[in-house]
Amino acid sequence: MIRIPAPSQRQILALAALLTLGLALQSPIARAQEKPYFVTYSTDLEEPGNLEIALKGLTASPKDANAFVSPTLELEYGATAWWTTEVYAQGQSTANDSAVFTGFRWENRFKPLPREYWINPVLYVEYERVSQADKSILEVTGHDSISRFQVNNGQSHGIVEKSIEGKLILSSNFKGWNASENFIAEKNLSNEPWEFGYALATARPLTLAASSHKCWLCLQNFDAGAELYGGLGTRYSFGLKQTSHYAGPAVDFRTPAGVTYSFSPQFGLNDNSIGVLWRFKISYEVQQLRDLFRSSK
Amino acid sequence: MKMRFQSTTTPDVEIVPSQSTTTPGAPSFAFLQRVGRTNAALFLALFLFIPALLIAESDGKWLHRVPDEDRARTNPFASKPDAAAAGKVVFNENCAKCHGADATGLHNRPNLRSERIRHATDGELAWMLKNGNPYKGMPPWSSLPEQQRWQIIAYLRTLPPVPPTGN
Repeated sequence: MIRIPAPSQRQILALAALLTLGLALQSPIARAQEKPYFVTYSTDLEEPGNLEIALKGLTASPKDANAFVSPTLELEYGATAWWTTEVYAQGQSTANDSAVFTGFRWENRFKPLPREYWINPVLYVEYERVSQADKSILEVTGHDSISRFQVNNGQSHGIVEKSIEGKLILSSNFKGWNASENFIAEKNLSNEPWEFGYALATARPLTLAASSHKCWLCLQNFDAGAELYGGLGTRYSFGLKQTSHYAGPAVDFRTPAGVTYSFSPQFGLNDNSIGVLWRFKISYEVQQLRDLFRSSK
Repeated sequence: MKMRFQSTTTPDVEIVPSQSTTTPGAPSFAFLQRVGRTNAALFLALFLFIPALLIAESDGKWLHRVPDEDRARTNPFASKPDAAAAGKVVFNENCAKCHGADATGLHNRPNLRSERIRHATDGELAWMLKNGNPYKGMPPWSSLPEQQRWQIIAYLRTLPPVPPTGN
């Protein structure tokens, strides 16, 4: 087990500021269709040839447990207009404990239908190899409980789980609103039952028509919405009993410089949940990565 | 488990995989080490260039798939004075990276100032923007508000024609 001293909050903030500055100094225009969701997926795929680099973070102070910060690095590539592939590397730093790298995920999303319908599906397949010390809460499945945050890293980090996960992602766009629903099934490759979860979200740009001049604080650069997600038990104990659930508003701001900032406070809805999760994300799209290898127009 | 490799320049080398830090029976990624760098580079190149092999349909077949009711739609922003200017902003943010700032198409992607596009109806262009043509490289833009899609079309209508360059 590799353990490194927990970085101070100042170091984490300095790293985030450096990353933000570096991204902001890149090429002038880079926009994404993405929504301000942190757990829920919409059917928007990465545009073909684009590479999105994102730092997604979560911080919380669970009851009877140490506060923690969990950063996740995302690299998302649009392989085609119907296939997006993504790699995550994640870790966490817990106060009065340690900072640990908790594992990685590789996910793929496929759009099976060639045109848009009232409800559009996307299929999601993921392999993940993460330790039980993971606190990223990128989704909630099974009987996930606040008690696991009370275990120190020394006890939980050595237990590595290898899982496959599938999601049915449904999305609709109507009059500027996006509504997305995810149905999640996860299987630990060791001898554990299938676990289930859900995520629902809706969002809308603050204005639908664009401004005729380029500006930073135009309403069209902001999205606002809300998200709700939680566990649905396992194959043998399906339902809401002993599961955790969260809900909260979400906003994002797409700067003309190409960096998108997202933020969401999410509130635990029952005693099994953490009181408040503070989520944030900074992302940037490298436009048409493959064109960098081409010489002619 | 021991693996023996024959080398032409060095004596036989015994490689003993290091002790796994995960649970017993975990899948090994040692196979990645056996893949030559050339093969890895070839795989990466193919992966990156798959989209290039599927570059957007340039033969106009998509026009035949547009339903009549969509084909007949008119641009509600056509008579609005700022629509083309707003469309230019949205175009530069979302479309120019593939179609070029001059809309003539980068790297063999469709020229949006071609005769085919100029003769397409507003409704046909709106249908294409909403649905895309995913299996030919064009993603759907249904999550972009409909108003902004119409503004893009208003902007495209202001562009002068250029001769086709094969696409």
